[in-house]
Amino acid sequence: MMPADAALQIEVPCPRETIAALRAGQQVLLSGRVYTARDAAHARLLQAAKAGKEPPVPLEGEVIYYCGPTPAPPGHPIGSCGPTSAARMDPYLELTLSLGVVATIGKGNRSVQARRTIVQYKSAYLVAVGGTGALLAQRVTAARVVAYEDLGPEAIYELTLDRMPLLVAYDAAGGTIFAGEEPLQEGGQGGG
Amino acid sequence: MMRHVSQEAISELVRRLCLEANLRLPPDVKAALQRAWQTESFSTARWVLEQILRNAEIADRQGLPLCQDTGLVFCFVRLGRDVKLGGDLESAINEGVRAAYTSCALRASVLADPLRRDSNTGDNTPAITYVQITEGDTIEITVAVKGGGSENAGAVWMLTPATGPDEIIRMVAERVREQGGRWCPPGVIGVGVGGSMDRAALLAKVALLRPLDKPHGEPAWANLEQRLLESINATGVGPMGLGGTVTALGVHVEYQPCHMASMPVAVAFDCHAARHATGVL
Repeated sequence: MMPADAALQIEVPCPRETIAALRAGQQVLLSGRVYTARDAAHARLLQAAKAGKEPPVPLEGEVIYYCGPTPAPPGHPIGSCGPTSAARMDPYLELTLSLGVVATIGKGNRSVQARRTIVQYKSAYLVAVGGTGALLAQRVTAARVVAYEDLGPEAIYELTLDRMPLLVAYDAAGGTIFAGEEPLQEGGQGGG
Repeated sequence: MMRHVSQEAISELVRRLCLEANLRLPPDVKAALQRAWQTESFSTARWVLEQILRNAEIADRQGLPLCQDTGLVFCFVRLGRDVKLGGDLESAINEGVRAAYTSCALRASVLADPLRRDSNTGDNTPAITYVQITEGDTIEITVAVKGGGSENAGAVWMLTPATGPDEIIRMVAERVREQGGRWCPPGVIGVGVGGSMDRAALLAKVALLRPLDKPHGEPAWANLEQRLLESINATGVGPMGLGGTVTALGVHVEYQPCHMASMPVAVAFDCHAARHATGVL
């Protein structure tokens, strides 16, 4: 087991520098505000951007969690709320990072292009353990829909997290945690 | 002598099985995850397995779904020929799915139009139903709930008849490597060999449902399962693709005769929860 004292405690939203300092393999306990968004919400964000409109919530300094929760049972702020596959959101990554998002959370590896975008924006991609939605729900203290309510589970929810356990998967230096992947060349291990 | 089974009884069984599959790990899967935790040597992999096992405890205790992706529902029905149905079987099944997904905090994940993608059916129907007619006067229903991540990892190949086991093992292991952590390993892998393009896919899917401690009944096929398991675990993909020695909890192969000009092979993936439940009426 990873010792709990090895985990970095991070409060979000946060400055880009905090995220840029993360390195692949680090364990993070994330607290504060994140916004959920998955396929349909990203399609709407793209639509809005193409129409020259602002996103429905300001995204500067924010973190996006690729997640579509189950409905909240009575007495719980939220139902199961684990990560979905990040790779499906790769075509939208540049859009969200350019709107000010500092980091994304999901599961599974992503395209090389997405990894380059993460390096370019000095961002990071973190993973939660897929299929542990009941466990992760224990780390959510509040939840409310803030945009695109008609999308149901694909709406944008604002979640308040209390030390959600995550791992840094891709970092701003091109590093990776995934088996069989090499660090990106342009990441410049230890340099730039 | 025909035995009458009502629509309501079928719907109620399906409702109950949808909940059971979504809220509780099958016992063989739980045992396999505990064994994986004991044998896994990578520290990140062990941490991931601990989260998975704790998740199952919390889901059971709090009545929460194991995963927010409460899946597309598959119903595998073994219908005794001496059963007289009170009405349409698929309607009764869909009614059960509707009852489970609208009353008990499961997520509706089915879109009515795969191209327009703007309209959720709201109750997770329709289920995908397969019916096999058997002897007897009972109905056995297995409900499997399958998340998008694991379903998307599957593949069907129409290979040349000269393809042997070595090539099948190579292709399946390569598929596992490519898919990384997206299907939420360590899970179960089903391989269908023979039949036809569509039947190979169904064989692979049905193979996922076999208990984890039960190898194929024919030694040559059991041997192929063992070799596949070793090759898949040698990929090093590991729990959630983060590296490790356990990528598959089990590999099951099912086969059937095929055309002499064909060699259909399909692979289906099921996540570390391998959610399914069976009941009999």
